[in-house]
Amino acid sequence: MKALNIIWSFFVIFSTGCAIFFGNTDNLSAAFADSAADAVQLLLTLAGVICLWSGLMKVADRSGINAMAAKVFAPLLQKLFPRLERGGEAFEAISMNISANLLGLGNTATPLGLRAMKELNRLDGGSGTASDEMILFVVMNTASLQLFPTTLGMLRADYGSSAPFEILVPVWLSSACALSVALVIALTGNRLSKRRKR
Amino acid sequence: MNFVMPAFAAAIILFAFIRRVPVFDVFLEGVREGAQTLLQIAPTLLGLVFAVSLLRASGAIEVLCRLLSPVADAVGFPAEVVPMAMLRPVSGGGSTALLVSVFEENGPDSFAGRVASVLAGSSETTFFAVTMYYGSVGVRNIRHTLLAAVAADLTAMVMSAVLVRTFFS
Repeated sequence: MKALNIIWSFFVIFSTGCAIFFGNTDNLSAAFADSAADAVQLLLTLAGVICLWSGLMKVADRSGINAMAAKVFAPLLQKLFPRLERGGEAFEAISMNISANLLGLGNTATPLGLRAMKELNRLDGGSGTASDEMILFVVMNTASLQLFPTTLGMLRADYGSSAPFEILVPVWLSSACALSVALVIALTGNRLSKRRKR
Repeated sequence: MNFVMPAFAAAIILFAFIRRVPVFDVFLEGVREGAQTLLQIAPTLLGLVFAVSLLRASGAIEVLCRLLSPVADAVGFPAEVVPMAMLRPVSGGGSTALLVSVFEENGPDSFAGRVASVLAGSSETTFFAVTMYYGSVGVRNIRHTLLAAVAADLTAMVMSAVLVRTFFS
């Protein structure tokens, strides 16, 4: 969170400087006075959407949808993680985490991801250096592949979009491109370092 | 298209009901978890809404956009979304605040609003995820993880502008 300390301070100090430079100090004072109330307003807008979908997704999760999806992705993941034993704990946690992410089950995905990391670390002997599998797995988690971006859609609807889900296909394509780039770089890096070791 | 969400929700509930999940109890449990998430992001949100209102009221945001617009223009990325793109890898709550401010200023169906939406849907809080996952097992040397993750974020940025232009022109 180091970056945010710098960015946040920069935002505030730079704004105050600009306000003095452009003679906008009255506007700045008004914004200063209103911003806290604005934040609460935004929080309330988000509150409904986040709580409702968190509830619905919990229902989806408990109905076993995640475990079923995980089975569907298993063959694909086997290709990406050939060194992991299928049906082993690491492999299970990884497929459950990926399918939870796809289904938008954020609250489920994170603990599964942490368990996967723990297993991968154990298999690697806990060297303090990321293994090839860890890199692939973390990178897959940073590219957000999600079938239904529910919070995003509901927010768009709240702010008066005439078709909140018109962005669905571009979102899928954009995530797929990002994921492909991430995987290609991760796999290339893994291959290069293997060659260096020999 | 507006019916997608209610139909999706009903499908989840029907499926769970058939599989004998105590639907309403589990729903309430989930809502409670959602409320906890909300409380967790509330401080970030307040801090960033504060900073962003100052940026907007002082005219600083125009200065920033003008400074960054040559880079953004080169890939066809709308200047209004640049602050959100900057914050996206670092803070989930913060980039949501900026997403909403793009919606308020330009509308969700404007070019900027659509690009912001696609970017929000196709990128993650990269630094947070990397720190959390590696931190949990004490891995220090993360090799080329960050290179791959940052490249993915940049891809999402460029692709969001390209795709919105392709799909909605």
